[in-house]
Amino acid sequence: MNTATAAFGRSIHSHGNWNIVLEIAAREVFELMLNSELTTPAAPFAQDHNITAMVGFAGELCGVLILGCSLESSNLMASRMLGVHPGEIARENCDAFGEICNMIAGNFKNKISGLGNGCMLSVPAIISGGHYHVHPLSRAEAIEVTLLFEGAPVSISLRVHN
Amino acid sequence: MNQIRALIVDDSSVMRKIVERSLRQAGLEISAVLEAGNGAEALAVLAENHVDLILCDINMPVMDGLELVKRLATVENARGVPVVMITTEGSESHVVRALSAGARGYIRKPFTAEQVKEHVIPLLGVHA
Repeated sequence: MNTATAAFGRSIHSHGNWNIVLEIAAREVFELMLNSELTTPAAPFAQDHNITAMVGFAGELCGVLILGCSLESSNLMASRMLGVHPGEIARENCDAFGEICNMIAGNFKNKISGLGNGCMLSVPAIISGGHYHVHPLSRAEAIEVTLLFEGAPVSISLRVHN
Repeated sequence: MNQIRALIVDDSSVMRKIVERSLRQAGLEISAVLEAGNGAEALAVLAENHVDLILCDINMPVMDGLELVKRLATVENARGVPVVMITTEGSESHVVRALSAGARGYIRKPFTAEQVKEHVIPLLGVHA
């Protein structure tokens, strides 16, 4: 799991290849915790998210990781994590989705050389609904990755504040 | 192997269930799983119960896992009980701080049941 660190480790202020590291971090979380493989979409998707998880970074890296998908997809993710039928998922949905976001953020952080010791993660926050905009309070770069979970889009966005 | 009483400390109930499932997949005979949502709740559980194993997250509200591990040295029911951290915090400094405070193992999330088995079984052998 440290291959990406060796391959992409660099100054934390250089964001080159961070999209690849972010994608690897997400794929690993889905493979290990959901026993599910994320795939790459053949063409851009019109995304219609109605659940969003956010985990903040503070310290040497300031920003936020945003994970978005449909409620149906998040329900399926929770069922895969817990090993139960999707119909049995109720209030665990938000908890599971937040943990997935948290693990992607942590896995990403751990793969960036020099970042782990000086960067803290917030606890996850969940937003239900899709009609909102994120307004960063300072200049922010966005790294966007879209992958498919069981054929449905999952967007992963890292907003890095400089 | 004797039946094990485990305390799982994580602010996510989903993660507590996954950790419990991993323990069972490791082949451990679990007689009881006690749960706590943060370090303070864990101390309250340990004031009333003895356990054989503690699995603990780091980033939690109220009292984090590192603070909990430090305080366990003064808890009668936790004396000699192995603590394994299971956390998204994978930095070297976190590992060093956890092990220095008394943790006996450190597993980074995401994790597999096999990793839990590799860390936990030897510790319970030593503890038994």
